Amino acid sequence: MSSLLETAANPENLRRVAIDPVSRVEGHGKVTILLDDKNKVHQVRLHIVEFRGFEKFIQGRPYWEVPVMVQRLCGICPVSHHLAASKALDAIVGAKHLTPTAEKIRRLMHYGQILQSHALHFFHLCSPDLLFGFDSDVSKRNIVGIAEKYPETARRGILLRKFGQEVIRHTAGKRVHGTGSVPGGVNKSLSVPERDELLKDIYQMVAWSREAVHMVKELHHKNPELYNSFGAFRANYMSMVGFDGSLDLYHGTLRARDANGNILFDGVDYQNYTQLIEEEVKNWSYMKFPYLKSLGKEKGWYRVGPLSRVQNCDFISTPLAEIERREFMAYSGVMPMHAPLGYHWARMIEMLHAAETIKDLLHDDDITGSDLIATGERCFEGVGVIEAPRGTLIHHYRVDENDLITMCNLIVSTTHNNQAMNEAVRRVAQQYLHGHEITEGLLNHIEVAVRAFDPCLSCATHALGKMPLEIEVLNEAGERLSSLSRSGDGTLS
Amino acid sequence: MSQNKQASFTLDGKTIPYAEGQTIIQAAMAAGEYIPHLCFNPEFKPHGSCKLCTVKANGRQTASCTQQPQPGMVVESDTTEINDERRALLQMLFVEGNHFCPSCEKSGNCQLQATAYELNMMSPHFDQFFPDRPVDASHPEYLLDFNRCILCSLCVRASRDVDGKNVFALSGRGIKSHLIVNAKSGRLADTDFTGYDKAAHVCPVGVILKKRVGFTVPIGSRSFDEKPISATPHPTVKGA
Ligand code: SF4
Ligand code: FES
Repeated sequence: MSSLLETAANPENLRRVAIDPVSRVEGHGKVTILLDDKNKVHQVRLHIVEFRGFEKFIQGRPYWEVPVMVQRLCGICPVSHHLAASKALDAIVGAKHLTPTAEKIRRLMHYGQILQSHALHFFHLCSPDLLFGFDSDVSKRNIVGIAEKYPETARRGILLRKFGQEVIRHTAGKRVHGTGSVPGGVNKSLSVPERDELLKDIYQMVAWSREAVHMVKELHHKNPELYNSFGAFRANYMSMVGFDGSLDLYHGTLRARDANGNILFDGVDYQNYTQLIEEEVKNWSYMKFPYLKSLGKEKGWYRVGPLSRVQNCDFISTPLAEIERREFMAYSGVMPMHAPLGYHWARMIEMLHAAETIKDLLHDDDITGSDLIATGERCFEGVGVIEAPRGTLIHHYRVDENDLITMCNLIVSTTHNNQAMNEAVRRVAQQYLHGHEITEGLLNHIEVAVRAFDPCLSCATHALGKMPLEIEVLNEAGERLSSLSRSGDGTLS
Repeated sequence: MSQNKQASFTLDGKTIPYAEGQTIIQAAMAAGEYIPHLCFNPEFKPHGSCKLCTVKANGRQTASCTQQPQPGMVVESDTTEINDERRALLQMLFVEGNHFCPSCEKSGNCQLQATAYELNMMSPHFDQFFPDRPVDASHPEYLLDFNRCILCSLCVRASRDVDGKNVFALSGRGIKSHLIVNAKSGRLADTDFTGYDKAAHVCPVGVILKKRVGFTVPIGSRSFDEKPISATPHPTVKGA
């Protein structure tokens, strides 16, 4: 598949602008832009330096180690990998149905992760752009600036995140690299004091999450032109939905829709994902490009994550989030919302759903139960899927008769969104950069588009409000004629 | 000196009584004092190989697991100098094998890890060797993960001296030393090893592991999560 602005016709005559790293995203990404002498955009690419050594590394290791080992993949959302791997291994140990305690503890852990991740993303990484403006003063456009101007917003962000981390700590045993989920179940439930500690704060978390939805919603209503069109492109979308069609981030079946919202497939058992999805390799990116087999490489790419999930489900089971979902759907009208900035709104609806779900689970006696592990007939292959904060996460393993892993395949959320993120930056480059003198503010528009997807670039480097930038003017032979670089504080050299 | 007055030595200034035939570490343990050690296990004859238990006895360095005390001997153990050396020994053990504590199922029950915590080892310091050591998963009930072997020979001693089987042996010299399984194929499945063997329960680190147990006991509820190794009597026995 090749899209508009993916590859310039004559790159050797063009000026190259690199945004490296893209700041305020998780991990390390880089955008390169090729411009001609009239500043016309010819090529835009988002590159991601993704760590894929894990699939090889895990081969030959005993399967019960995997849910813990796999968290080394990524320090950003280790719980998602922990749970997706556990689900794949449930299939291997033949645990078709978990005990109620195990299932609910895992859900609690997962929704804790959703809450903390969505809070971090919105409050720390994105609110500076949304509240101050995309080309506002770069020295203020960060969480420190937010803390000065909107101290209450910053405080809530911090406390929501902290609460989510506490949920993780109590269910997984540790805040990072937890071991709570094991093949076939969990190794601990909640003690009554642990549950009570979380219950104390949960109502506040629900209320703040609700207000966060209102905050994003208002931004859309205040400036619909920007929010509806910024980097917008039409795309298919996919997610796991609950067996009853509800928004379920922990378990269910796969559903995809086309850009008009029509169902492409539904109710697919994720054990069969290889029949649906294929991955394309491109020579300019480390990250593969997955697509739906039925539609082929050109048309089959799709979007995952909050924007897909909230529009893909039939309803949300918790009342406050369901009210917000309906309003969201009414706002976008008959056609699905495709605008990348819609991700923020959908993400906050999910955060509210996560808070409400945690509240319900904390009132369920099963979470303090003692029946933790289920077993069954041993199998040799298993797939686990979870809706991670950033989107669908697929873990697939094969195990030999000696219990060692012989094959591992992972498709992480950011990989599903690879083509979609590239589309978004190309639209923004066309909408805002084309023909203009490049400024920091304009380049930040590109970053805003990337950030909307909350890409996790599998590496912990995360520069706060810092966007080193390099512009190179190349001659026809690709030699550097002159260059301009800009440091994090905005000084040019 | 009266006949029945028990002989004693001092350990870091504390008086430690001892009986005929006891080593320094045995007497110290009996008196509730901790001297770091790895290849020593009170149930087995000392091996004297890891040198973690090194102390200064009357000014001379010696392995406290093999050295017997003398009456009035002045033994120093918990000193900056000796602990620095112990830390360096630990760091070498860490880099020689593949020890990834965050994903190791023995974490919290591992003597190497607990001793490293005890001695404030903050980093491996030396360059990692990253040896390539495939696991032996051939046995239906037990797994051997050679990546973590510290060559303490406890399994060798247990199999030979208690089980009467000779399932394990140390082979090679110096940096090339490694643990082998005494079978033509080199595989545990082709020996008479069983889970009832003493050798199945003595490994101070995470080499000899019962299969499919993994993380069933949560982190936080393991031997050394509750108390540091210095406050856990006979950890090898308890950790088994
Ligand atoms: S396997 Fe364990 S008990 Fe045997 S020598 Fe290695 S570390 Fe010691
Ligand atoms: S414990 Fe004495 S040398 Fe190992």
